[in-house]
Amino acid sequence: MLDYLIIFFNEVYKILFLLIPVLVSVAMIVWLDRRVWAFVQKRRGPNVVGPFGLFQSLADALKYIFKEIIIPASSNKVIFILAPIVTMTLALVSWAVIPFSEDYVLADINVGILYLFAISSLGVYGIIMGGWASNSKYPFLGAIRSAAQMVSYEVSIGVIIINVLLCVGSLNLTDIVLAQQKLWFIIPLFPMFVIFFISALAETNRPPFDLPEAEAELVAGYQTEYSGMMYAMFWLGEYANILLMCSMGSILFLGGWLSPIDLYPFTLVPPPIWLIIKILLLFILFSLIKAIVPRYRYDQLMKLGWKIFLPFSLIWVVITASYLFYFNLLPVN
Amino acid sequence: MKISRILKTILLIDFLSGLLIAIKESFKAKKTLNYPFEKGKISPRFRGEHALRRYPNGEERCIACKLCEAVCPAQAITIESTERDDGSRKTTRYDIDMLKCIYCGLCEESCPVDAIVQGPNFEFSTESREELYYNKQKLLDNGDRWESLLAANIKADNPYR
Repeated sequence: MLDYLIIFFNEVYKILFLLIPVLVSVAMIVWLDRRVWAFVQKRRGPNVVGPFGLFQSLADALKYIFKEIIIPASSNKVIFILAPIVTMTLALVSWAVIPFSEDYVLADINVGILYLFAISSLGVYGIIMGGWASNSKYPFLGAIRSAAQMVSYEVSIGVIIINVLLCVGSLNLTDIVLAQQKLWFIIPLFPMFVIFFISALAETNRPPFDLPEAEAELVAGYQTEYSGMMYAMFWLGEYANILLMCSMGSILFLGGWLSPIDLYPFTLVPPPIWLIIKILLLFILFSLIKAIVPRYRYDQLMKLGWKIFLPFSLIWVVITASYLFYFNLLPVN
Repeated sequence: MKISRILKTILLIDFLSGLLIAIKESFKAKKTLNYPFEKGKISPRFRGEHALRRYPNGEERCIACKLCEAVCPAQAITIESTERDDGSRKTTRYDIDMLKCIYCGLCEESCPVDAIVQGPNFEFSTESREELYYNKQKLLDNGDRWESLLAANIKADNPYR
């Protein structure tokens, strides 16, 4: 019994050690997003609360906590309450398999990338539940759009992951990073990286693919009826997902925790810092894109996903596979 | 489609040049003010919070002519008056409902003795409605507090009236 308890608390301790930094960094990343957005528009952005306004998100969180939660009378209450919980939980659960260094990973499972992919495709359920349970037209339309969009772009992300897996020969995320010791996959698979990045934008409902919450047409999409802490949970889940997509991008293509040059001064930096730097760079790109692009029309979005990205990444799978096969480079495990 | 256009689309040329512009712009000087710490310039004619002024000897300027009450389009002003011991007519009550007020400045323009004025203060938000029902005492206090600025503004604006 005691042994069991020790193991249990050991695991809880490890989970908290991962979860709390993730939640704090989500709060910081929201601040960074707003700052970058403001800087592109020559505004100042949040700069009053704390040094450089770093605590703005905490102040916002405090406000959300004290706000009243309004549940519409005609809504399906159980699902309405469940939706933000599902969104946030799923966004946080996937962090379990992200390797921060060779031995610092919460769950080093051998199908890590598959797990990540499965959880991120479940993410759409939170949005559908929220949109449907609100029983109101804008959330419903937003949820439908979001479902269609996320399903479409997941397909191309899946095919892109196959490209990487062909080069690695393992589904384990640690192995994927270690396979990039000689050459980061961004160099041989550059077109795939671009498509992955654009699909990640669509997957996380970021501009230019923020149709589910297109404020000009749908008020706030599936979040319209939400308020207070429930809204904040959607918002946390969304940003946790964005961070996850950035870390997925840096693990699959940018060599995860590996330092860019395997030489003396660079190897001194602890591996997790390299991963964080890569995630931040990708995230800043996310925010810059939010500031410069107009929103896609719905049919353009679908066309891009199904008629361009999917065929292109499929063709690239054939090219990668034939190249590896022809030059006898297929990984052997 | 022309080949050049296809190439442009595939290589994301427009997108990348946009990104470059965004990065360049983000290092330029900011166009907005750091508001609570620095404020924009305000014209002498700015119509902010109301104030009732006094003469330099401390006597109230207001003669209870009720022109401002009559002209107020939002009917935000309520005045009651009485005759004082020295025979002059003075207000006993001068209320402005700041929630009704539309800050049009007609009260200030109608006033024959420059008693009611709208000052440069625009930061008088409150946490309850009741605090925005201004009475005579509050308005006179405002006048005492902002007198130097009010006088300067009236003087600066005078040639254009």
